[in-house]
Amino acid sequence: MSPIHIVSVPTEEPPALHDRAMDNLKYIRETMERATAFTNISGGGQVAIGVTALAASAIAARQNVFKNWLAVWCAEALVALLIAGWSMDRKARAAKMPLLSGPGRKVAFSLSPPILAGALLTVALYRAGLVNAIPGLWLLLYGTGVITGGMFSISIVPLMGICFMALGAVALMAPPEFANWFMAAGFGGLHIIFGFVIARRYGG
Amino acid sequence: MARQSALKHSTPKKRRALQEVSNPQAEHPAPGLDRLIHERLRLGIVSALAANESLTFNDLKSLMNTTDGNLSVHARKLEDAGYIAVTKSFEDRLPKTEYKLTTAGQSALESYLSHMETIIQQMRNR
Repeated sequence: MSPIHIVSVPTEEPPALHDRAMDNLKYIRETMERATAFTNISGGGQVAIGVTALAASAIAARQNVFKNWLAVWCAEALVALLIAGWSMDRKARAAKMPLLSGPGRKVAFSLSPPILAGALLTVALYRAGLVNAIPGLWLLLYGTGVITGGMFSISIVPLMGICFMALGAVALMAPPEFANWFMAAGFGGLHIIFGFVIARRYGG
Repeated sequence: MARQSALKHSTPKKRRALQEVSNPQAEHPAPGLDRLIHERLRLGIVSALAANESLTFNDLKSLMNTTDGNLSVHARKLEDAGYIAVTKSFEDRLPKTEYKLTTAGQSALESYLSHMETIIQQMRNR
């Protein structure tokens, strides 16, 4: 019978404890990021964007030259971007989370590819003389961006994206004389309606 | 002796609770850890509320990807400890339950974070 050797087994406890602590901190950070992304869409900002979009659609409807119509909407896009950035930053600061942390980046990365695709397709359609398709295309692509960006957010945000996509699909098939009405209903009306609901239910 | 007697005559649920009290390190090896906040779902609730002024029951349920029952049980434990405050109201005739993190809950989370950081720091210093 061989003698029994008592071997001291190195305890695994400290590394496990360390790993668990790291895992817990990671969980807290991820939950806070998710929770911020959940409500960092500013309802007030959406309403403001809707109001400026309504004004833009009224101005754009008076333009007889397509280039001028396009210039009005490009200016509106810039104004909307500034309003969205400012209002989301304000809400993020109130929640003590930097805007360009995980949630802000997620929204930016989700929203920018369809916007970029929309800009490139606008140039291509303009060159091809298919400018009538541009309002529908914008509504459709903006809707896809809102859906993907809103996947980390409150359920009303992807719903807003679906409405934009549906409106864009109808606009693509509708006669071109209704284009300004679709732009007003989408970028104006939908932003105001959903912005109002978000502000009322999700604190600003 | 009294604790042993209580353990013998109590229900399995109460027995577990008494054993936890008698041996606070039964489930985790870190001494001094806030057991209430250490549980995953409760830690999630407190973290989510720390990043928002308030969240509704449905927001939390969706964020934590959990069931009504599970969320209710854990939220109640946090409420009993004074870590979160609950407001019940009606919105469009529908009941609305809103949760907020209290000052006690905020300091509990801060202590927990500092506890975790200390553990990590100690390991790095070895």
